[in-house]
Amino acid sequence: MKDSIYRSHVLICTGTGCVSSGAKTLKESLEEELAANDLSGEIKIVETGCHGFCEKGPIMIVYPEGVFYCEVQAEDVEEIVEEHLLKGRTVERLLFKEPMTEEQIPSYQDIDFYKKQQRIALANCGKIDPEDINEYIALGGYEAAGKVLTEMEPQEVVDTIKDSGLRGRGGGGFPTGLKWQFAKNSESDKKYVICNADEGDPGAFMDRSILEGDPHRIIEGMLVGAYAIGADEGYVYVRAEYPLAIKRLEKAIEDAEEYGLLGEDIFSSGFDFKLHIKKGAGAFVCGEETALMNSIEGKRGMPTPRPPYPAVRGLWGKPTNINNVETYANIPYIINEGAENFSAIGTEGSSGTKVFALTGKINNTGLVEVPMGTTLREVIFEIGGGLGNGKKFKAVQTGGPSGGCLPEDYLDLPIDYDSLLDAGTMMGSGGMVVMDEDSCMVDVARFFLNFTQSESCGKCTPCREGTKRMLEILNRITDGEGKDGDIELLLELGEHIKSTSLCGLGQSAPNPVLSTIRYFRDEYEAHIHDSDCPAGVCTELASAYVIDEEACIGCGKCAKVCPVDAISGEIKNPFTIDPEVCIACGACEPECPVDAISQG
Amino acid sequence: MKSLAELKELRNKVQKEMKKRDQGTRAEIIVGMGTCGIAAGARDILKAVLAEVEKRDLDVRVTQTGCIGMCEKEPLIDVKLPGKERITYGNLSEADVQKIITEHVVNGNIVSDLVIARHKSE
Repeated sequence: MKDSIYRSHVLICTGTGCVSSGAKTLKESLEEELAANDLSGEIKIVETGCHGFCEKGPIMIVYPEGVFYCEVQAEDVEEIVEEHLLKGRTVERLLFKEPMTEEQIPSYQDIDFYKKQQRIALANCGKIDPEDINEYIALGGYEAAGKVLTEMEPQEVVDTIKDSGLRGRGGGGFPTGLKWQFAKNSESDKKYVICNADEGDPGAFMDRSILEGDPHRIIEGMLVGAYAIGADEGYVYVRAEYPLAIKRLEKAIEDAEEYGLLGEDIFSSGFDFKLHIKKGAGAFVCGEETALMNSIEGKRGMPTPRPPYPAVRGLWGKPTNINNVETYANIPYIINEGAENFSAIGTEGSSGTKVFALTGKINNTGLVEVPMGTTLREVIFEIGGGLGNGKKFKAVQTGGPSGGCLPEDYLDLPIDYDSLLDAGTMMGSGGMVVMDEDSCMVDVARFFLNFTQSESCGKCTPCREGTKRMLEILNRITDGEGKDGDIELLLELGEHIKSTSLCGLGQSAPNPVLSTIRYFRDEYEAHIHDSDCPAGVCTELASAYVIDEEACIGCGKCAKVCPVDAISGEIKNPFTIDPEVCIACGACEPECPVDAISQG
Repeated sequence: MKSLAELKELRNKVQKEMKKRDQGTRAEIIVGMGTCGIAAGARDILKAVLAEVEKRDLDVRVTQTGCIGMCEKEPLIDVKLPGKERITYGNLSEADVQKIITEHVVNGNIVSDLVIARHKSE
């Protein structure tokens, strides 16, 4: 193998995040620069999946030293080749700097963002070339499938997953082993397994990252599941908006077929398994399992009542097991390391780890994987590096548009399925949006409800009509036309929609509203009774800005930035703001050199 | 794939290359690649090291370093075995590289006549 003479590996993240910040041109210029220095034969460029730290992308790791460079651009390549690859000197200016301490960290294991994580589902993401099946195998890939197919009975596999305590990572948190048992118990000549990769929560991208960064892990997880329930055919339902994930999964399936890891008589066990990809058109409701199966069958993506559950009558009327991407990604680990070792991680009711998509007003955004039971404070302040610009923490929204907002008092809450439900929110697929004092909670609730309302498929009345009415009330409140009784009406509507909707979309859509009323009722009251938006977000409610005539020096800088020409005056004389025209956008305030502008 | 054994055999074959990304402790050969080193032929020394490591199928980490101030003794290489002191060899030819790897890296015997410095283990 010519391969093995490389003295150094340069890993470039080519996940969607890093590609959009320039990873492809970076790779091309590195190739050129290596060739120009006659290093092509010594240094291997490896394209990897996502490291989770997309904000700092494009990300490059140089081995054997393990030096972690971030925000690397094509212009930096010459210096990296000359200094690091040729002379062995680290290019310090490209190292990561801790936001709190400004300390430069050369090795990524030492960065707070990574140090406090425990990676199971994301173990290989960013470490291997997702398009090279050999790299997955080199790290022990497909050994779990081999062990299961050649040494274990299907019931043993189901029992192992049950014992592990693994629960569905897509949102509901249903015990995976139990789901497998139901599908196994159903008698049928044909069964299916499905991987739900219809990731739709705004801001969540863990499923995409796993498919892009470690597609073979999903194939292996599905292979184990299929063997356990007795299915010989499977589908990965992935949205068409994830072209790179689809491309890498297609390549992975091809390679696995070539190696005989998919197809007939796998590991000479007599077990056959065929895997297809079904591209979805990107409707949020298709993440619901019955709607998803309808979509695979070519029907409109709408949910149907359960029971019958998919384990009894699923795809094409046959018993079907559906799990989320992250759930399948945990399967090989459980088989290899044993149920006990898996259940030792996390909390009693929620074992293992969970991947969160950390975003919002926070220093380190990205994908993080932590053991269940980690507190919100650890995730937000230790891994996430705290809030930017010295702002104060106000709330964290978990569970995407179906989840709720938790205030500061809950920062020490250990995160697991049950603790979040008790607090009025949910795990969901793992979205986590951090908000600071500049966020208006009524506006946040309106934003999320606006999303679920427009994604409602319209089949059942509570969801179709109810979310629409709730949204109208929220729009009214943020427009300054809230009425007495609006809060009570929202609560009543919300509870009804939750208890009567057909599927998970409607059953969870009111959560953002209900939880913000629960924890931030004073903000709703301020909007309705005092016509005031305390955070200053709802412009209809915000009061106009005024100029202090005594302090104004008449420089006119404020007038230049006003988008609605509300400011007038003559140079060297005090300027004035017309309160009727002012939209309270606040653009003028920072422009004033003498701080003469304030909100009236 | 016909059996688990076949998979494990393939794994052993493809695993070697992945070791470059393993951060664990193992023997290290560090080649001086400052401007002075390169001018004295360090590139050829580096290539000789890589070829020898490859030929003998050794589990060794090969890295570079900049100028350490002993420019007149370039090309230099350092050998650091786990738990042992770091040895600097100087004025090397490609033939010396072969000798150092055979004697020191493989058998653990320092090639005294080529040593120019010893560093206490870190």
